[in-house]
Amino acid sequence: MSLEGKTALVTGATRGIGKAVAKALAEQGATVVGTATSAAGAESISADLKAVGAKGFGIVMNVADPDSIDAGLKEVNEKAGVPVILVNNAGITRDNLLMRLKDDDWSSVIETNLSSVYRTSKAVLRGMAKARWGRVINISSVVAGMGNPGQVNYCAAKAGVEGFTRSLAKEMSNRGITANCVAPGFIDTDMTRKLDDKQREAMMEVIPAGRLGEPEEVAAVVAFLASEAAGYVTGETIHVNGGMYMG
Amino acid sequence: MSTVEERVKKIVCEQLGVKESEVQNTSSFVEDLGADSLDTVELVMALEEEFETEIPDEEAEKLASVQDAIDYIVAHT
Repeated sequence: MSLEGKTALVTGATRGIGKAVAKALAEQGATVVGTATSAAGAESISADLKAVGAKGFGIVMNVADPDSIDAGLKEVNEKAGVPVILVNNAGITRDNLLMRLKDDDWSSVIETNLSSVYRTSKAVLRGMAKARWGRVINISSVVAGMGNPGQVNYCAAKAGVEGFTRSLAKEMSNRGITANCVAPGFIDTDMTRKLDDKQREAMMEVIPAGRLGEPEEVAAVVAFLASEAAGYVTGETIHVNGGMYMG
Repeated sequence: MSTVEERVKKIVCEQLGVKESEVQNTSSFVEDLGADSLDTVELVMALEEEFETEIPDEEAEKLASVQDAIDYIVAHT
């Protein structure tokens, strides 16, 4: 198992893509710490990891709160060791047309989806630099490139994450640390289940694969980027979208 | 117990991958020892750890040579 002895931190690991990523990294032998916003969520992550016989557990961390990130990282360092794989997956949507968008819809999405990436990455970078090995993998979205009506906040945050990732890749490459994005398209998760039938139908028409993606199909790409084999891939955004957008 | 000078030089050697014989008190991290910007950030972090102190960014920027680092540590620990 290629990630044996390495600690991975996956934010937003209770459900959907984060949950699949935690499992995929655990299957490669990593000790996985998944974050959730509630104690119940953290417990379910621990249970999920235990169910597949994996090392790791869930913790409570609110990625929009710097103090919560500090406390969470401290817990990870103490209980699981310094993380050298970071998967920034936690994210929210607050969709509305710009003309109707509230300040709070804007700022909460930017804080949770973009500023969190800055904070968690900064917090783990020192450990990675010391280890001369690290993987930062940020979950972006197909809409970062293609845009989407009703999601100016989400698209701005995700496009911001991609730019952040490219700069980080350039800063840290000579330390054996790579930074990449995975940009999922329409994946079957709670986030996309919130869309109404009309929205779903419209999406299906533009997906050449003719189906939704599975969280595991995104997780497989994350696991590759985390692996030793991906050491020369950095600053890249890999699309996982059934052909709906090719950059 | 080693002196501050010895401990600083040891860290400089470790962080910048240079031999002890190459490190003089007057050596500039960037010009003489080949440090890049990331190296200098890491060097400051390593010094903070070794001497259990926090070096503010505006002070860290002024630490250009081995002697600068020694002087700072002596004055602040």
